[in-house]
Amino acid sequence: MPSNERLAVYGIRHHGPGSARAVREAIDRHRPDVVLIEGPPEADGLVQWVGPGLVPPVAVLSYDVARPSHAAFWPFAVFSPEWQALSWAVEHHREVRFVDLPAANVLAAPAVGRGDTGPVAPDLFAAPGPDETAEPDETPGPVQPPGLEAGRANPSGAAEGDPERDQPGAAELLGEALGSSSEPDPIRGDPIAVLARTAGYDDPERWWDDVVESRRGIDPFDAITEAMAELRAHAPPPVSVSEQAEETRREAHMRQKLRAALRDHERVAVVCGAWHAPVLAGRLGPASTDQALLRRMPRVKVATTWVPWTHSRLAFSSGYGAGVHSPGWYQHLFTATDSVIERWFTEVARVLRRHDLPVSSAHAIEATRLADGLAVLRGRPMPGLEEVQEAALAVMCDGNATTLRLVTKDVVVGEELGAVPDGAPTVPLDADLRAEARSARLPLAPQSKDVVLDLRKDIDRRKSRLLNRARILGINWGVTQQIGGLGTFKEGWQIRWRPDFAVAIVVASAWGTTVASAAAARLVDSPGGLPDVTGRVERALVADLPHTLPPLLAALDDRAAHESDVAVLMEALPALVRAQRYGTVRGTDTSLLVSVTDALLARITAALPAALGGLSPEAAVGVRGHVDAVTAAVGLLGDVDRAAWHAALRRVLTRSEVPGLLAGRLTRTLLDAGELAADEARASVGRALSHRPTVADRAAFAEGFLSASALLLIHDPTILGVVDAWVSGLSADDFVEVLPVLRRAFGSFNQPERRAIADAAARLGRAMADQPPTEDLPYLDMAEAMATVRLLLRGRDDAA
Amino acid sequence: MTIDPSVLRPHAEHEFAYELAALARTDDRPRPANWRLSPWAVVTYLLGGTLSDGTVVTPKYVGSRRLIETAVATLTTDRALLLLGVPGTAKSWVSEHLAAAVSGDSTLLVQGTAGTAEEAVTYGWNYARLIADGPSADALVPSPVMVGMETGAVARIEELTRMPSDVQDALITVLSEKALPIPELNSQVQARHGFNVIATANDRDRGVNELSSALRRRFNTVVLPVPSTAAEEVQIVTKRVAELGRALHLPPADNAEHEIRRVVTIFRELRRGVTEDGKTSLKVPTGTLSTAEAISVVTSGLALATHFGDGVLRASDVAAGIRGAVVKDPVADATTWAEYLETVVRERADWRDFYRAARDAGG
Repeated sequence: MPSNERLAVYGIRHHGPGSARAVREAIDRHRPDVVLIEGPPEADGLVQWVGPGLVPPVAVLSYDVARPSHAAFWPFAVFSPEWQALSWAVEHHREVRFVDLPAANVLAAPAVGRGDTGPVAPDLFAAPGPDETAEPDETPGPVQPPGLEAGRANPSGAAEGDPERDQPGAAELLGEALGSSSEPDPIRGDPIAVLARTAGYDDPERWWDDVVESRRGIDPFDAITEAMAELRAHAPPPVSVSEQAEETRREAHMRQKLRAALRDHERVAVVCGAWHAPVLAGRLGPASTDQALLRRMPRVKVATTWVPWTHSRLAFSSGYGAGVHSPGWYQHLFTATDSVIERWFTEVARVLRRHDLPVSSAHAIEATRLADGLAVLRGRPMPGLEEVQEAALAVMCDGNATTLRLVTKDVVVGEELGAVPDGAPTVPLDADLRAEARSARLPLAPQSKDVVLDLRKDIDRRKSRLLNRARILGINWGVTQQIGGLGTFKEGWQIRWRPDFAVAIVVASAWGTTVASAAAARLVDSPGGLPDVTGRVERALVADLPHTLPPLLAALDDRAAHESDVAVLMEALPALVRAQRYGTVRGTDTSLLVSVTDALLARITAALPAALGGLSPEAAVGVRGHVDAVTAAVGLLGDVDRAAWHAALRRVLTRSEVPGLLAGRLTRTLLDAGELAADEARASVGRALSHRPTVADRAAFAEGFLSASALLLIHDPTILGVVDAWVSGLSADDFVEVLPVLRRAFGSFNQPERRAIADAAARLGRAMADQPPTEDLPYLDMAEAMATVRLLLRGRDDAA
Repeated sequence: MTIDPSVLRPHAEHEFAYELAALARTDDRPRPANWRLSPWAVVTYLLGGTLSDGTVVTPKYVGSRRLIETAVATLTTDRALLLLGVPGTAKSWVSEHLAAAVSGDSTLLVQGTAGTAEEAVTYGWNYARLIADGPSADALVPSPVMVGMETGAVARIEELTRMPSDVQDALITVLSEKALPIPELNSQVQARHGFNVIATANDRDRGVNELSSALRRRFNTVVLPVPSTAAEEVQIVTKRVAELGRALHLPPADNAEHEIRRVVTIFRELRRGVTEDGKTSLKVPTGTLSTAEAISVVTSGLALATHFGDGVLRASDVAAGIRGAVVKDPVADATTWAEYLETVVRERADWRDFYRAARDAGG
């Protein structure tokens, strides 16, 4: 388009670095007085924030003031043509107008009776959620608000909102979301990709580079507009009538804004999706038709603001359909001025090194050569993403697809986080958090305050829920505190609101617009290994987000099935058992949890005997901790589970190669649980102390058996006698060898206990001569009473 | 070059001499030094296509084009190529055809075994000459790798990880310096353009000698996967069976398609541990159940049908072969196979004949 004309229309590919570069150059030549950009007009007021403080990726966020969960986003990356146009205008002090349909109308799109269009995505961020059935396609982000495409409804019914919060319309939104899964339209979504595919390119950016960029002298945008006119003439109409209506209305609105701009200004530039370019570049037609189209559209009151965005949210892979597969690659293409491929592989090598993989500069050199070789072989002027990924796989990752995934995640997608200047309008998450805090009567006070919540009370449960949800979002407003008492219905918190939570809120707003939905989305996003997943399950329960449980438990079951290390399984179990108890206190349904816990316990009991055999003494120390933790946890479960666990422990004890420490501890556990008769226990202690292969192993048995608590030694003279006889029978050298172990075992007892043992041992010496000491008998008879007293005095540490 | 008809299995460059010649004739793209064909033509040779003069090039490898392109592009750089994969994923097959297309010679081959000595990858001596005349170039017996270096051809190393580590490491100098010192003669052999090494290794085997990172760094790795779809695998099996049948003078079997599809289905289901409809989980046998094994099951079934049957491949001809391929561990795999027969095969109405045949074969 010759730069002397009044109007220039740039049909672009959203998030296309090639388009971005071309737009920047073309605008710079044309030097318009006003730049019209496809986006909600409400964002006009946000242009003032464009400057050094606003670092892409960022997004324009519009939300229904009455219902913050009703929101739409228009993301911008540095390589977005819209962003380039915007920054050019701001740098050159030209006016910017956003010309798409107002968000006020888009968000007012009635949800009822328009099943095929779907509501405005209540929460795009819920996309990483577990249920991505209604996942949208690669419709361009910045311009087409979610409400306009079929199937753009919240892809994750599970992560949306909180059913208990009684959000008006939440249920119908959910229904809508599930119902509107009609295929989105690729031609309207990314028409340039369609052209590229027609030409045999799988990467539209390469097509742009090869075909558009390399033809110097011709303005690419004229050709694009022409191609689009052709495409529009032959493309099938949108599937549904309402979609057709939306498209017509949006284009009518754009034309109206264009007419106004042409009235006000001499030179006008329009940056819009390529699809719309033909209707704006040609004759605009009579204004009255467009006016009629735009009459009587429903509106809601909306607030619009900038929010920081991330590369992973731009990426297609996060389930947010408006994005691109490879924001990191695009950013690199856009920013790297020379040695594009070399710089790329240097970055890949750096990332792999960060993951402790041995990648040298030689690898980067060879990868560059291979990528170049592949490009030549395929007759392409420069390696594209495909070539660099294949070269990275063959050279740097040893053909290992898992390693390549690291590259994809950290470099091809990248983890760039945008920033928004201080003072920009607030995000809906902030508003929602404040509203929740008010209704839970939690002041956002900077003074530190300790509170004890009684979870049997509704208001306290709300407080706990909010604090826990905030914590999931990285807003550490409350810190849990240890409080006395055995009850599970009390919870201690230290609450302190810090001003810098504002940052955390903005960061967290990338996950959702309400505290509940954001916390849920955050919780189900890319769970890690087994311990991580169990931790999340626990947090899901305390934060009262039960709808995140099914996906988390599915992940848990999956991790457990593939976990071969029984220690990891044992580590996971206590948290789940605790979670069950919290769940019961908080009145959540934990039946699903019960079945997963049972399955996990079954896996543990099946694997335990084989896993504990032949452990080294060092490894046994770690496993003892796990066994104790599982024993304590199983104590909270039903009789069936307890019996299964004890049966497994018995099976372990029948194996000969179990290390002494564990054998001792398991014998003690069974004795304490009443699974092993006292006589039997005495006999096995005697056997172990005389027959175990080495002195060290016998000492380890003694440590495992004794260190649990001192009372047994004080009150069971037979056991004490067995131990006493063993110790006194040791040779001088052996005694020196076992001394540290015994000291460790006895060192865990407190002073009075040690004295009592010493007294008992002294009596034992005397008693050898004549009769059994009379004072032992009452103790034995009083065992149950003693247990109760013990419980009262010492808390739960030896409740078993 | 004419093919000696009495040879059981001709080399690739002989069997496909016609295609190679046609490719060389029509190929007008630049060829790297000492290459018989351009990289583009090598890819065409492996994946098949129709040339500008109408010659039809048969596909040698059925699978991802991008993998073959990566492999060929690697050979154009001076990095060696390592083909990795479970047994029976056509690693050696690809390696042979790559060498045939690039150098016109696929015979510079070192077979890696636990007993491979360093002489096999460097050089040995003709001891009679050595004792008679002392060390001289005439007494030297070059290895295939050394010949490749001298002539600028591609040398192949099969089962690289089966070689002892010290023998593997003898390759490091060859691959990094492109030279092979001969201290006895105080000289060295320097590689000419066109020299490269294609190695294959199996990532499923136990007890292999892992490559040292120094050596690994000299290789670009291409992982050859098991066929991704059933249709692709059926195509591979059908094609190879036909070729093998020709070589073994078996008459082409009629109606083999049905049985081949069944063999491939069984192999895929057991390999993945789930039925094709995704409804039933299965135990996975200890063997790899590669495409190559499927091919041999069908080929031996064809032989049975030809020599002992009516020439039509039937369920009974493949049943015993499949059982043999699945049951590698007499206890565990026998259970797996019996479970599969009873839970899956028996339920399929059109598989009755196979169920009976498998039971007869000792299922």
